[in-house]
Amino acid sequence: MESFISTGLISSEWSSVFAVGIGGAIGFVLESSGFSSSRKVAGSFYGYDFTSLRVFLMAGITSLIGLLYMDFFGWIDFFSFNIPDTYIWPTILGSVFMGVGFVASGFCPGTSILSAAIGKLDGWIFIGSTIVGILVFTLLFPLLEPLYNAGNLGALTINDVLGVSPYVYAFIVTLIVIALFYLATLIRRRKTSVKY
Amino acid sequence: MNLFFEEKKHVYWNPYFGGFLLGIIILSAVYISGRSIGAGDAMKDSVIAGIDMVAPHYTENSNFISDQKEAEKSPLNSWIVFQVLGVFAGAFLSGILNNRVKVRLQKFPKISSKTRITWIIIGGLLFGIGSQFARGCISSSTFSGFVVLSLGGVISMVTVFVTAIIAAYFFRKLWV
Repeated sequence: MESFISTGLISSEWSSVFAVGIGGAIGFVLESSGFSSSRKVAGSFYGYDFTSLRVFLMAGITSLIGLLYMDFFGWIDFFSFNIPDTYIWPTILGSVFMGVGFVASGFCPGTSILSAAIGKLDGWIFIGSTIVGILVFTLLFPLLEPLYNAGNLGALTINDVLGVSPYVYAFIVTLIVIALFYLATLIRRRKTSVKY
Repeated sequence: MNLFFEEKKHVYWNPYFGGFLLGIIILSAVYISGRSIGAGDAMKDSVIAGIDMVAPHYTENSNFISDQKEAEKSPLNSWIVFQVLGVFAGAFLSGILNNRVKVRLQKFPKISSKTRITWIIIGGLLFGIGSQFARGCISSSTFSGFVVLSLGGVISMVTVFVTAIIAAYFFRKLWV
């Protein structure tokens, strides 16, 4: 996609400054929302605290609707994004690994950085073991390569598969997200709150 | 003054406000750089830079690494690494302002530190390997699903959450 940086409007020397600035804003917002606490994040899976789910889905629909509006105003071209190829089998396998890893540790790479930043040793341990995991994958890559490249369906988008326009898709997703927010409120009311 | 800080310690922002702000930041990230977010990618870049430094011959012969290196001229110069450094700084600032910065191991009080550390290490290893197979960690695949509506991103996001909800049953002693 064309952007300020790729068009040269912002010179490449400045791109790292913008990267630090955007990262800083993300880190501040996520820490202030409670993502530095693995117990708070894990709460979404046990019904005692749905903060992480709410922040996450709210950010998702805000950026989706926002991008469609930015395209409508002509600021960006929504349809020129590079769509990554969908490798169905490794995606499912890897995501199952991540789902188990998420609950076992209470972290994803992003939240472990927030935890580590405010001095939590559990965050640092997670970062270390994730790096070891990536290293193991990289070293075993010759063995894993056939699986890694299995089931390439090409550059598909979800709205193509469903046969609807991105606008209809965004509308459906927004309705689902609102339903999930409401469902979270119902479940939360039935569980006793956990002090942490 | 101290009392004031104590009170703030466990108070977090309204989740919808935080989520909305995060969405706006992602929009500006896409507008400025044409990129999304994802901390796992930064960890991968540092692994590749590390292997490159220790064993440069290995990187030349590995398809996986040379593909990654082609995408980014030098791994440690990549946008995502700077972004993660920013995340670290931003989170630290928020932690300081809310009096949450403290060296400690956070865990559910009913489990031992040893149990907690063991499962963090297992979880981290699974994440490291899984994020490579799925071509992105949770944040990057979710936003590639939300932002560019990629099928792979949506499949990854749904699979992670369904697996996590099922796994939650087996790991309940760690959390509740």
